[in-house]
Amino acid sequence: MTERYPGYNVLNKRNSVSWNEQTRAVIDARTGIDPDFHRFCDEAEWKALRALCDQIIPQPADRTVKVPLAAMIDQKLYSGKGDGYRDARLPEQDKAWRLGLAAIDTEAVAACEKPFSDLSNDQRRWLLCRIQRGQVSSEAWQDLSPATFFAKRLLHDIVSAYYAHPASWSEIGFGGPAGPRGYVRMNFDRRDPWEAAEASPGREDRARRENERVG
Amino acid sequence: MWDESSPRAVNGRAPDVFRPGAWVPMREYPEDKAVDFAIVGTGAGGGTLACKLAEHGFSVVAFDAGPYWRPLEDFASDETHQSKLYWTDKRIVDGDNPLQLGANNSGKSVGGSTVHFAMVSLRFRPEWFKSRSKLGYAVDWPLDWREMWRYYSEVEQALKVSGPLRYPWGPARPRYPYRPHELNAAALVLAEGAEALGIDWTPTPLATLSAPRGLAHPCVYRGMCVIGCSTNAKQSVLVTWLPRALEAGAEIRDLAMVGSIEHDTAGLATGVHYQREGRWHFQRARNVVVAGYAIETPRLLLNSASARFPDGLANSSGLVGKNLMVQSNQAVWGVMDREIRSYKGPPSLAITEHWNYADDGKDFHGGYCYMSQGPLPIVWGTTQASKRGLWGQDLLNAMENYNHQVGLKIVGETLPQERNCVTLSDERDQYGLRIPRVTYAFCDNDKRLIAHSLRFMRQALEAVDAHDIWDEDDDTCHLNGTARMGDDPSSSVVNADCRCWDIPNLWICDGSVFPTVGGVNPSLTIEAIACRTADRIKAMARRGELSRS
Repeated sequence: MTERYPGYNVLNKRNSVSWNEQTRAVIDARTGIDPDFHRFCDEAEWKALRALCDQIIPQPADRTVKVPLAAMIDQKLYSGKGDGYRDARLPEQDKAWRLGLAAIDTEAVAACEKPFSDLSNDQRRWLLCRIQRGQVSSEAWQDLSPATFFAKRLLHDIVSAYYAHPASWSEIGFGGPAGPRGYVRMNFDRRDPWEAAEASPGREDRARRENERVG
Repeated sequence: MWDESSPRAVNGRAPDVFRPGAWVPMREYPEDKAVDFAIVGTGAGGGTLACKLAEHGFSVVAFDAGPYWRPLEDFASDETHQSKLYWTDKRIVDGDNPLQLGANNSGKSVGGSTVHFAMVSLRFRPEWFKSRSKLGYAVDWPLDWREMWRYYSEVEQALKVSGPLRYPWGPARPRYPYRPHELNAAALVLAEGAEALGIDWTPTPLATLSAPRGLAHPCVYRGMCVIGCSTNAKQSVLVTWLPRALEAGAEIRDLAMVGSIEHDTAGLATGVHYQREGRWHFQRARNVVVAGYAIETPRLLLNSASARFPDGLANSSGLVGKNLMVQSNQAVWGVMDREIRSYKGPPSLAITEHWNYADDGKDFHGGYCYMSQGPLPIVWGTTQASKRGLWGQDLLNAMENYNHQVGLKIVGETLPQERNCVTLSDERDQYGLRIPRVTYAFCDNDKRLIAHSLRFMRQALEAVDAHDIWDEDDDTCHLNGTARMGDDPSSSVVNADCRCWDIPNLWICDGSVFPTVGGVNPSLTIEAIACRTADRIKAMARRGELSRS
């Protein structure tokens, strides 16, 4: 698939007036996360979590630095910081994740005789679809509802982590941090010079040139 | 950056919210000498009331469990980081439609959730104050709309609300203090759709500056309003009522979690127990005001149960915690060929209240407005994932249309139902207090309203040639009810003056007192009620009608 915003990198604005000091500190900490560092997950959980993240968010193969999704989620779970509510059908987030990761591996072994991280992409997708639809019934889930876990915990946490990262903002053409400069051109089909230029088919080079000037 | 681990408002000074690193003087009151009013919560209800009571000459200490921010130095342009503004303490949700709490409907900051509210500043439709008598559903308020109209004007002036020259619905209202904001493309889509369907629309009245005000600059259209305004254009309670409150001699205690209200043998409130810097304290007070919003308010009243009041304070009606009302917050989303880039500007720049004021052809009671939308990437990504079930390449493909997506989203009335409630769980939080369990289910009327709105908004998007249209059918916003006001002690918790029937020196002043919610965002009404309550207290004090403890 061709890129919608070729050459756009929201980080090129890092030193501009679209970012304040506080924002730089916060984003630097996030982009500096060691992708292999984990304190919450044990080795089996870590393998399953990484494989899950690859499936939920298949990052472009040519992306040189991948968004460290598993490490971001591990960090959140280790910190114990919650969302402010817990669905009564789910245990606390750390317990839900431990149960869920173990259950996904159990389901994988039952169906394919291999842990989830050793499955092929097609097998992983097949299994995740069944979990999403609640079509699994291993006892490893205990009282955790597979479909609820998938929608409310697994998808929520992985997708939240991905769209917290500047690489995803560049991918979707989001302006990113914008304080104090903000924006000027608000109408249809208008962009400020510090916003992503969208490629129209056949004119990707033009967008790329515009995006190289974003800053 | 400040790690918000220790209070800022101490030693006779409070943070100056307009200047990085600066302070303003703050009067302090001893704990062992009763102040006129101890107010629990500094959001739309408590913060406004603290200001008005202090200006009326009362001694006031206002408590907030959250930190005292200086937005210019403490706020980043980042969704994840700014979740520090949300109330993320433990809560359990259940019922047929378990609520999502934490982010869009709960705040833990001095200034409450107005620090991250969407600034939409709407008046109730007058008939809603008498919805039983005039419209045939739910219950009447004990307030008169004409009196509220005057208090709405006071709040609009205090917040320098920007709005249109002529408001299309309802009785005449004064001109908005500040001019309307420029519309972004997402708002223009709403306008085009409304015009195609033959209904009125208008620029949304918003509490964010469209012109300079004192040390605050006009809005720069950064678009991150709902994660906290880092330029101070947003007219939150933090930067409007609270500086005035300090100036008038109120004290604000930040990072101070009130755990219970004490009372004497006569059954009158004597003060509040609160935790600050890891220690429990007691502040004596002649009056206590609870303003913790529709979950924390009933939780505090229930957690204050005693031998004399075994079911919690102010609960002889049995209605504390009952009749929790959210507002339905369903949306229709689509994709436009034109670039929209809805992340620019305040998220809800255009609105139609048509279905709040038109009653013909409805198969439900109540009303709704709908507004244009500008979700930031995490909210948008999780919406696509959890509401549409998208993941993998399907999710990435849908997200690529971020700059072309448009949405119309309602703030819809839900009916009060006693089964929707806040109760106490046996689990405890970091303060050792029992945590709330929040139970919610839409009723059939709520569902018919939602279905009507989704059909109508779909037509509005189809009329502007949006494609890939889909319904987001299960979101909610705002929290009201749980300590309703009324004329009868057996069917309400407080009277029209927000005074508890059972304990005359205990007051409740926030969205909890709403008997019904209407189809508009509640903050303007909460602040108007707070202004009215302060005036009523002043009048009662003058007549010697305030109790002495």
